[in-house]
Amino acid sequence: MLENRRFVIIGFFSLVGLIYLLRLFYLQVLDESYSIESSSNSIKRVIEIPFRGQIYDRYGKLIVYNTPVYDLLVTPNKARVEDTLRLCQVLGIERRDFDSLMAAASAYSRNKPSLFLRQLSKEDFASIQDVMVDYSGFEFAKSSLRTYTAPTLANTLGYVSEITRSQLEKQEEPYYRQSDYIGQSGIEKIYENELRGKRGTKFVMQNVSGVYKGPWKNGELDTMAVAGENLYTGIDLEVQQYADSLMVNKVGSVVAIDPKTGQIITMVSAPTYDPNILASRYFSKNFAALARNPYKPLFNRPVMASYRPGSTFKLIQALIGLQEGVITPGSGFTHANCPMGCHNHPATGTVALGVMHSCNPYFYNVFRRLIYKNNISNTFRASAVGLDAWHDAISKFGIGQRLGIDLPSEYKGNLPDKKYYDRFYGEYRWKFSNIYSLSIGEGELLITPLKMANVAAIIANRGYFYTPHVIHGIGDKKFVKPEYLVRHDSGVDPHNFDPVIEGMIGAVEGGTARRSRVEGITIAGKTGTSQNKRGDDSSIFIAFAPVDDPKIAIAVFVEYAGAGGSAAAPIANLVIEKYLTRKITNKALEERMFKADFMSKVVLPGQKKPVPADTTKKKPAPEKPSAQNKPVAVNP
Amino acid sequence: MPENKPITKNVDWMVVLIYIACLLIGWVNIYAAVYNPEVRTSMFDLSNNAGKQLMWIGTAALLIICILVIDYKFYETFSFIIYAVVIVLLILVLFAGSNINGSRSWIKIGAFSLQPAEFSKLAVSLAISKYLSDPAISLSRKLKDYYPIMGIIALPAFLILLSNETGSMLVFASFAIVLYREGMPGFIPAIGMVMAALLIITLLFVKWYIAAAIIVIAGLVIWLMPVMTRRRGGLWATIVISLVMIGIVFGVDFFMNNVLQKHQRGRIMVLLDPDSDPRGIGWNVIQSKIAIGSGGFTGKGFLQGTQTKFDFVPEQSTDFIFCTVGEEHGFVGTAVVVFLFVCLISRLVVLAERQRSRFARVYGYCVAGIIFFHFMVNVGMTIGLMPVIGIPLPFFSYGGSSLWSFSILLFIFLKIDAQRPFTLSRG
Repeated sequence: MLENRRFVIIGFFSLVGLIYLLRLFYLQVLDESYSIESSSNSIKRVIEIPFRGQIYDRYGKLIVYNTPVYDLLVTPNKARVEDTLRLCQVLGIERRDFDSLMAAASAYSRNKPSLFLRQLSKEDFASIQDVMVDYSGFEFAKSSLRTYTAPTLANTLGYVSEITRSQLEKQEEPYYRQSDYIGQSGIEKIYENELRGKRGTKFVMQNVSGVYKGPWKNGELDTMAVAGENLYTGIDLEVQQYADSLMVNKVGSVVAIDPKTGQIITMVSAPTYDPNILASRYFSKNFAALARNPYKPLFNRPVMASYRPGSTFKLIQALIGLQEGVITPGSGFTHANCPMGCHNHPATGTVALGVMHSCNPYFYNVFRRLIYKNNISNTFRASAVGLDAWHDAISKFGIGQRLGIDLPSEYKGNLPDKKYYDRFYGEYRWKFSNIYSLSIGEGELLITPLKMANVAAIIANRGYFYTPHVIHGIGDKKFVKPEYLVRHDSGVDPHNFDPVIEGMIGAVEGGTARRSRVEGITIAGKTGTSQNKRGDDSSIFIAFAPVDDPKIAIAVFVEYAGAGGSAAAPIANLVIEKYLTRKITNKALEERMFKADFMSKVVLPGQKKPVPADTTKKKPAPEKPSAQNKPVAVNP
Repeated sequence: MPENKPITKNVDWMVVLIYIACLLIGWVNIYAAVYNPEVRTSMFDLSNNAGKQLMWIGTAALLIICILVIDYKFYETFSFIIYAVVIVLLILVLFAGSNINGSRSWIKIGAFSLQPAEFSKLAVSLAISKYLSDPAISLSRKLKDYYPIMGIIALPAFLILLSNETGSMLVFASFAIVLYREGMPGFIPAIGMVMAALLIITLLFVKWYIAAAIIVIAGLVIWLMPVMTRRRGGLWATIVISLVMIGIVFGVDFFMNNVLQKHQRGRIMVLLDPDSDPRGIGWNVIQSKIAIGSGGFTGKGFLQGTQTKFDFVPEQSTDFIFCTVGEEHGFVGTAVVVFLFVCLISRLVVLAERQRSRFARVYGYCVAGIIFFHFMVNVGMTIGLMPVIGIPLPFFSYGGSSLWSFSILLFIFLKIDAQRPFTLSRG
């Protein structure tokens, strides 16, 4: 009988073997928690962050590059700090900062290094490094910082900062991790994918004490970090900085476009700030200060600020009028039968003279003819049809729509059409007499400085434009993005531009902008005065030069600076001269513009100015035709 | 005449082949475990454990030849003398031994160390076999026949305990298998298992619940037994057994706190919950499981293991050699090793059963039991099913003493088995 016990024994052996096999199968095949990436503690994934792409100006001068900086890391368990005070002195921090940083690091992990001080400059690093030998548990990690060769272009370039929580959550493919940097505005944001490059991943082996033991699998799975693409702009850094200096103590914009390509030459958003302050370890402090500034330096005015175009809009009216055949180059209008006032100027018997003297009644009549061009006898219906036709013609100049510049948050502006007025007045309840302020660029029209610079470019090109853009080349200076090679037509024939350009030359030579003419350069320009609800008007000027072979088209907006000829025109013409000749002949004018302070005249929101109580309650212009534009009884 | 047939004809080649397979797989994995990508040394380099193991394998081969050449009757005749020699060595080591890893159990000879405790298994096996070869001894009827066996086991066990080698001492538990086969009543190993089960359950659950559960089960037994078996006498037995079990449940605390040493207590607690002390005692278990688990189905490949290579798993080439197999060769590798062991042990049982002499059969069971116990505990601890007890995996783990002792143990049995046609049955 005892022999049969061998079966019990063999059964027991086999049972243990089977249990072990099942357990092994579970551990090795079924249980994912021990798979290589998730749990293997000997293989560490090291992320290599590549340098961001650099940005160059139109002559190949560096605008943005990267400076290597050093992050100081601490491993709390290894940290031996005997003389805390001396360490604080060396690092330039307070004792309580030290304690809180140390506590934060310990809270994260006592055995893994965590960030202690961020972005130490090379100089700081050099001075600290020697001392840090005495303190164990601290190590340096290389990192990089955006650096700007000149304190300019802040809003155009944008800034880079740590990714926010909501950005982290919203990303479609999980690329970024916490504490990664990401372009937050401007070029840095739009070209983030090109600039950031390709992150490298290295799998390295480490032993039980975390000591590096070489690449894993001889680096087969590693991917190399690829530096970001360099970007090439059409910016002229010298002119840009010159324009910046002219816009000191002013609120407004300067936008200059190369009409032949659509490249942005200069883009000033005033007031501005030094972009380097947002690329330092004091980012949050500096950013908060900028955000609190009442003049909104973070607001990218060239593409985001909205103004009424004022008289500069008359150029488009004249062009459309000529194209539609409602006027000829020789058409003349007098001040008679016009509800709008005008200044004292010689008779405007031609389109060129109308433009030169910026005659309000002239363009009132042009607009009136445009609206009533059709044969409909009912003035209400005729106005509706006429406005839509006009709207379509104006749209081709890029008004009332986004131009598609490579900058974030471009403002669309406003170009009213039939539907727009129907909402306020009801269908066929309005006619020309309700909307005639559009004729001189007031009323419900809203444009951005960029759009007006583009209008200048269209006129310079006699009929077409290329989408304005800051960056044309990605990785290669010669390369141009195909969408920027598409010619957009304005729908106005080239010969119709001649009288308008003639008028613009006249405006600079002897008209509204005569005080800022430049010796030796034929500039075609047009002033504009955009009315503000409170305070002084804003000064506008658009121009291009030289007339024979236009190389620069420019729009200058100076808020609360009065008439177009007073501030915008001189600044524009100085910038044009600087760009074309690299020198300034009219030093007195330049000096005056440097010194001019229009910032103090700016009426900030909420700021009380002596204005009649009833008008302060009025809503801003886009919502409702404001009091000053409300039509007075007029006979059409 | 069969006597003239060479030993090679009669030896059980299946066991020999498995033995060789284990040695080779073990040797390759020892090389992988000590392999350092920065300082590459050859498998044959005597400066690393793989090279040394190869030397141990070579010397083991010489030993095996000696064993096969020596007359098979020698082992039975000299059983008690071998036993006595080992006991003397065990005593000697207490005074002259060198201290390695906290246990004074090694005798240093030049660059190499020998561990007499490893050879105590062989000595006890031979002694028990010799004692049981007396046909008058019956384990199923006479209690006094157990005393000499207890003595044979207790003496070396005590000496080993003195030298702080608890693991080697626990191996003597494997003789329960032999005793069971030779007539020990089945309830004795059953009680042992129930005690172990109660110990673990007690540590996992609230004691009063367990006591309540035992009473409920006892009640069911008392109520159902007359119906099922038509017997009546079980009432008092059931009550006594239940009370004893409840007593054990409440005695566990005493056992844990007063009988076990602190590190032993820790090892049992870690078995139940490895995360209770991840940086301390739990470390070995967690790291070992990560290493094996990260191998996946086919493993990371020869020399590609990282957990074992970079010292995450302690004692990689000795007690935790199974981790290297698991990490580099995956489930395929571990399954092959488990399969080899189950085959070897089962084959040994089959061989033992065909012996004509009781000495040979008992000895065969001893060999099977010892190898099985090592396998069960060693592999079990690496996969978290057994407490961490430092005993080697036979034929795999690095170490001359264990390789020699297992080889001698095994080949003495193969020699006896090969001579089976000429042995007279006495049992």
